[in-house]
Amino acid sequence: MLKKTVLNAAHRALNARMVDFGGWDMPVNYGSQIEEHHAVRNYCGMFDVSHMCPVDLVGADCRPFLSRLVANDVAKLTVSGKALYSAMLNETGGVIDDLIIYFLTDTRFRIVVNAGTAEKDLAWMQAKAAEWKMDVTITQRRDGDNALGIIAVQGPNARAKVWSVLPQAKAATEGLKAFFAAEVDQYFIASTGYTGEDGYEVMLPAGEAESLWNKLKDAGVAPCGLGARDTLRLEAGMNLYGQDMDETVSPLDAGLAWTVAMKDERDFVGRAALAANGQQKQFLGLILLDKGVLRGHQKVVTAQGEGEITSGSFSPTLQQSIALARLPLGVAIGDEVQVDIRGKLLKAKVTKPVFARNGKAVQ
Amino acid sequence: MSNVPSNLKYAASHEWVLKNADGSVTVGITDHAQEALGDLVFVELPEVGAHYAKDKEIAVVESVKAAADVYAPIGGTVTEVNQAAADAPESVNADAYAAWLFKMTPDNMADVDALLDAAAYQAVADAA
Repeated sequence: MLKKTVLNAAHRALNARMVDFGGWDMPVNYGSQIEEHHAVRNYCGMFDVSHMCPVDLVGADCRPFLSRLVANDVAKLTVSGKALYSAMLNETGGVIDDLIIYFLTDTRFRIVVNAGTAEKDLAWMQAKAAEWKMDVTITQRRDGDNALGIIAVQGPNARAKVWSVLPQAKAATEGLKAFFAAEVDQYFIASTGYTGEDGYEVMLPAGEAESLWNKLKDAGVAPCGLGARDTLRLEAGMNLYGQDMDETVSPLDAGLAWTVAMKDERDFVGRAALAANGQQKQFLGLILLDKGVLRGHQKVVTAQGEGEITSGSFSPTLQQSIALARLPLGVAIGDEVQVDIRGKLLKAKVTKPVFARNGKAVQ
Repeated sequence: MSNVPSNLKYAASHEWVLKNADGSVTVGITDHAQEALGDLVFVELPEVGAHYAKDKEIAVVESVKAAADVYAPIGGTVTEVNQAAADAPESVNADAYAAWLFKMTPDNMADVDALLDAAAYQAVADAA
């Protein structure tokens, strides 16, 4: 039995093509994935991401708990509302999940974790809080009486569209720089996203999500499925958990070194393993020079040895196939490599792992 | 609802086959197949002159979402390919029955007659 978000009926009413996404019945597109992709880059689109799981932390020990729990350093969160992207590691330095932490007060934080990993994340957090004897109460907000829905509104017109349907939110959110959140009445509005465009992720009581979805649709915001979400995040060079990294992959080998704070002596789970193993691979971009489509698990042949594509697709913005890949150390940006596609070796160029953001190609 | 023209024959692997007056057949993917795949971005066509056994991988269609093999609906030799479909994969989404992929000379014309008719293929598509 597939799980359904509170917007399931709304998707079906729009004739969405629904797929089993990690046990959730989710829209992959509402007609054309490519049109939805362009809508977000050029105007404004919205995604139902209510399958993702908000987790509220309350208690005196929120900071010391998070300081040990995740690889990035919550000491960077000094201003109320600020958000931090981090990996949560196991003892061997593998990635249990990647998540966003929102700092509200010193005794109240909100974390948003991936849909497919929510249960194991919660179990891990509860176990660590008990083991470390931390005063922190951990509560999931995806299911049950206090469930939240999440609608991501993304694109250059996203802020104006949200204000047009939630005018009461304008004053508190118009000054938000990227990666902040504001609470307005029952709405939690964050300037975060997974597309490389400006916009908001709006969390609200689940029962109100369909009404907001329909108002945004009536305001001209394009409903977009998980297909477009994937090509948008791939162009933006954002990692996808389970594809680009998992419990067997170090964040240092997944392009996430920038999220691992090792400068001071802070003790966090996985630190010793990261320090012992160091970086083994590089996480870089590929643009296919021949005709075809790069896909996850394809083998990459380089002068320094073999690598592997972790995510690949066609880029609607570049009109070429692009990929994220784990490649041997020593491969340089600009190198020409070969990708094994169905037994044929096709030419690709190594790039920085980012292809398009803010409406434009960056390669 | 996908479109299943009654003048064509079909393979359960979602190819359509049109019998031509010169004894060749024209092959493409069905409307149901293009809809299931989503926006197509790449088409790899077979080589003219190559022989394929029935059910062998003969071409590839890729959407933003996934790659799918196209299978030879019958045994035969490729006589012509539609380069226009490879140059504009979206034309297959626009009209899967106009944007054919290749033509073949069947090894045995009876194999064509043994393919599914429109009603039988509709049942396959409905069950998918």
